Amino acid sequence: MSETVYEVRDVQQTYGGRTVLRIPHLEVRQGEVLSVLGPSGAGKSTLLRLLALLEAPARGQVRFHTGARWVTHDTAAVDDRRQITMVFQRPVLLSRSVQANVRYGLRVRGERDAHARVEAVLRRVSLDRLAQAHVRTLSGGEAQRVALARALVLEPRVLLLDEPTANLDPANVGLIETLIREQHAQSGTTIVLVTHSIFQARRLATRVALLIDGELVEVAPAPRFFDAPQDARTEAFLSGEFVF
Amino acid sequence: MLALIYTGMGLPPVVAGLFVYVLFSRAGPFGSLGWLFSMRAMIVAQTMLATPLIAGITMGSITSVDPDLRPQMHALGATPWQAVSTIALEARFGILLSVIAGFGAIISEVGAVMLVGGNIEGRTRVLTTAIVLETRRGHFALALALGVILLGLSFVTNSIIMLGQGRGRWRP
Ligand SMILES: Nc1ncnc2c1ncn2[C@@H]1O[C@H](COP(=O)(O)OP(=O)(O)OP(=O)(O)O)[C@@H](O)[C@H]1O
Ligand SMILES: [Mg+2]
Repeated sequence: MSETVYEVRDVQQTYGGRTVLRIPHLEVRQGEVLSVLGPSGAGKSTLLRLLALLEAPARGQVRFHTGARWVTHDTAAVDDRRQITMVFQRPVLLSRSVQANVRYGLRVRGERDAHARVEAVLRRVSLDRLAQAHVRTLSGGEAQRVALARALVLEPRVLLLDEPTANLDPANVGLIETLIREQHAQSGTTIVLVTHSIFQARRLATRVALLIDGELVEVAPAPRFFDAPQDARTEAFLSGEFVF
Repeated sequence: MLALIYTGMGLPPVVAGLFVYVLFSRAGPFGSLGWLFSMRAMIVAQTMLATPLIAGITMGSITSVDPDLRPQMHALGATPWQAVSTIALEARFGILLSVIAGFGAIISEVGAVMLVGGNIEGRTRVLTTAIVLETRRGHFALALALGVILLGLSFVTNSIIMLGQGRGRWRP
């Protein structure tokens, strides 16, 4: 069995006294594409923020393996956190050029050969002609690709994607899905992909988790999840009968 | 704190002047320093006027930066300090504006400097108080000329601030 990158144990997350996430156990393995499905408000983004080590759980532990040791939100060093990159559900770009946005993560790391890497990634996301453009002038799909590019350029070990294709047209959805697939195939990046879309999970995931009301209903390899779901709620969700 | 800053932003200069006057007058708590009718008292009064303006406008522009920006910068590998400086850079126009507003307030100020400086020739007379004096004496041409110089100074200073900002390259 492949290495474990994350171990989530007895985790609860609470906002203003309300528990929005309860996960007794979840592992993320090296090199997999774990898709997290679930209706709105299920706690998907909350789970990603915990995996990004951006917040500490109210209870339990989210442990990340750096390759050398286990760390948590409280013990991770900057270099440990830099193995993980997240694209947020509603990306906020700096009010600067496309190029400056994509360069950001390299700059904070003090990287020297930033220019070539920025150019290469901009070509990958088909934004090379807009490198100098101010992000204010971008379309929704272009802005989303900048958000993805500024993460991809860092060649992270773990890529957390929060609904990277929400509200996009089919062409942009296709482009972004291809980028995710390529990233996984070429670099073996571990990817956790939050999505509303069953179809997207089918196209990209190696394993799928279903989150409803803060609870993990089912976690299974993609083929089994879609073809032989064990939980009645999974069946309902897949057939679109799930009442939100 | 916020209420204090906002009150300070609308502080009538004469009131600030009066306050400083009382502080530094013979019988006041800092009377023994002998700062009244000197540049020092004027600087204290001007600082009292400019600080709330700069603090208030800077705070306003910082809080207008999207609060979701910060965690996203962290997720891209920024240290806490790098994230904070990124936010300050996003608010750069507001911060610049605060400096210009602060400068504009004190360069054009008459009441407080007149009160605590005493408009003493060669020592505490400034352009604005000189204009008041010359107008009263009926030397309108001189007063007007001084006014033009004041405007010019303000224009040049603001231009320099703006230019400096334009050239300021970003280094996280
Ligand atoms: N910072 C916060 N403060 C208070 N409540 C929060 C916070 N973040 C999330 N919540 C609440 O936690 C619950 C789960 O939110 P979360 O954003 O994780 O859901 P989600 O599955 O990502 O939903 P969506 O598909 O709509 O993005 C929601 O009820 C939300 O209101
Ligand atoms: Mg969400």
